[in-house]
Amino acid sequence: MCGIVGLLVKNPAMRSQLGELMVPILEEMASRGPESAGLAVFTDRLPETDRKYSLHAPAWDYDWAPFEADFIKRFGTEAQLAVKGNHAVLTCDEPADAVKAWTHQHYPGLHVLSAGRRIDIYKDTGHPADIAKRYDFPKLTGTHVVGHTRMATESAVTPDRAHPFTAGEDFCLVHNGTISNPFMIRRKLEHRGIRFETDNDTEAATRFLEWRTREGDSLEQALQKGFEELDGFYTFLIGTENKLALVRDAFACKPAIVAETDDYVAISSEFRGLAHLPGVNNAKLFEPMPEELYVWTV
Amino acid sequence: MDSLTVEKRTTMDKTFDLAKSSVRELNQFLHQDLATSGVKHIDVLNPNGSHSIAVGVNHPVAIDIRGQGGYYVGGMNKFADITVHGNVGWGVAENMMSGSVRVKGFASESAGATGHGGTLIIEGDASLRCGISMKGIDIVVGGRVGNYSAFMAQAGRLVICGDAGDALGDSLYEAVIYVRGKIKSLGADAQQEPMTAADHAAVAELLKRAGFPYDPTEFKRVASARSLYHWNADANQEY
Repeated sequence: MCGIVGLLVKNPAMRSQLGELMVPILEEMASRGPESAGLAVFTDRLPETDRKYSLHAPAWDYDWAPFEADFIKRFGTEAQLAVKGNHAVLTCDEPADAVKAWTHQHYPGLHVLSAGRRIDIYKDTGHPADIAKRYDFPKLTGTHVVGHTRMATESAVTPDRAHPFTAGEDFCLVHNGTISNPFMIRRKLEHRGIRFETDNDTEAATRFLEWRTREGDSLEQALQKGFEELDGFYTFLIGTENKLALVRDAFACKPAIVAETDDYVAISSEFRGLAHLPGVNNAKLFEPMPEELYVWTV
Repeated sequence: MDSLTVEKRTTMDKTFDLAKSSVRELNQFLHQDLATSGVKHIDVLNPNGSHSIAVGVNHPVAIDIRGQGGYYVGGMNKFADITVHGNVGWGVAENMMSGSVRVKGFASESAGATGHGGTLIIEGDASLRCGISMKGIDIVVGGRVGNYSAFMAQAGRLVICGDAGDALGDSLYEAVIYVRGKIKSLGADAQQEPMTAADHAAVAELLKRAGFPYDPTEFKRVASARSLYHWNADANQEY
C-alpha cells in the first residue's frame, strides 16, 4: 500500500496556498504509507539558461559550505544554494550532466534528486506528518505538486528510494503498486546509456516514460507505450513542467480519486484525503478508469 | 411540529457527528447499545470518507450517512437499512447478510463483494469487480459497472441498468446477471441466455425495490454456461 497525493491549482490566486491545501491530503494518506514520504513542487520557471538541482545530504546538520565553495571554484559561476537541513536547492547556469557527474565524483554522499527549471524535490524517511513539518510543506507555493506516502514493497526504506522519482528535467513520478518487469526495462534502458541510481521498480517506470518523451513521444504517447511495456500494478501520478498526469493499469487494483473544480484538480488514493478541500462536495468527483489517460495542463 | 413528534424525535432518533466523535464510537453504539436503546433512526454527519462506517449492524435501524463514505460502508450488515447520501469507497456492503444499503452517488471497487443476502442499490455507477464472489445478495446498479464484475459470483442477482465493462461474469457460478446496456465483453464461461417470464418478473421486482423506472424487457440475461464446473484435461488450461 502507498498513498498518492496530487494538487494542481488552476486559479493563480491559490498558488500561494498550494502547500497548505496539499498537506492534509499527505497527512491523511500517511496511514497508507507511514514509512517515508516526499513531493515534487513546481515553482516559478527559471530563465532559459538557468537550472536548479535539489540535493540530498546524508545528515540533517550536513555542512554545505565546502560543497558550495568547491562548486563555485570548479564552475567559476554564479551559484546559489538554499539549504533546508539535509536538503538544498542549487541554482546555477550549468547543465545537468556536468553538475551530476561532478557532484557524484567529488561529493558521492550527496544525491542529486532532481534537475530542471521548475521542480524542487523533498523526500525522506519517517512519518509523513513529521516530514511535512521538517521541510515546511505548508509554506510551499507553486502551480502543482506531486506527493507520495510510502509503504515499501520492492526495495529498502531509504530517502533515495522514497518517491517521487525523477529522470531528465522537470519530470517526476509517484507510484502505488508494484512493477513486475523492472529489470527487463532497466536492461533495455541501460543499453542506451541511461544510468539507474537505485534498485527500485518505480525508478524503472520513471526512466522508461521520460526516455520515451526524449525520443519524441508526447507525454500521452509515452503513457500509452507504458501500458504495453510496464507489467504490474500501478496508479501513477506524473508531474512535468506544465502537466499533471494520472493513469492506472488494466486491473486498476490500486485506488485513486479525483476532485476537480474551477479552482483546482486534487488527487488522492482515497476520498478522505480530499474531504478538507474548499468546495469538494460540489466538485466533479471521479475515479480514473483503467488504461485511460488523465492529463491536466497548468 | 406537535409535542408528540418532538418527544418521538428525542427518543427514537440519534445523531453521530463524525467531526466530533469517532467511527469506533458509532460502531460500538450500533453493536452494544442499539438493541436496548429504542433508537430507530440514526443520522451520521461529516463522514468525510471514513472507513467502516456502520459495519456489522445486528439490529433493525435506519441509518442515513450524510456525505461521502469510505471503504466497507455497511459491511457485514444484517438488519440495518443504510442510505449513503454521497459516494462510497471500496467494498460497500461487503459480506452483507440481509437488510439493505442504498448509495445515492457512485460506488468504488468490489461493491457487494461476497454478499450473502440483502439488497445493495447503487444509484450511480459502480466501479470494477462489482459483485465479486457474491453469494446470494441482490445488487441493482443504476449506472454502469466496471470490468470483472460478478467474477466468480455464486448466487444472487446483479441488475445493471447501464453498460457493463470487460469480462462480465468471468467464472460465474449460479448468480444471474441482467444488463440493460451494452456488454463490452463476457468473461470465461459466461453466456447470454434468453429472458424467460420468471426473469422479467425478477427484474421487475428488483427495479421496483430500487425505484428505477426501466422496462424489464430491455434487459439481457447472462448466466453460467457451466462448462468450467468439471475439470477438462483436453482444454490445455485455455478457457
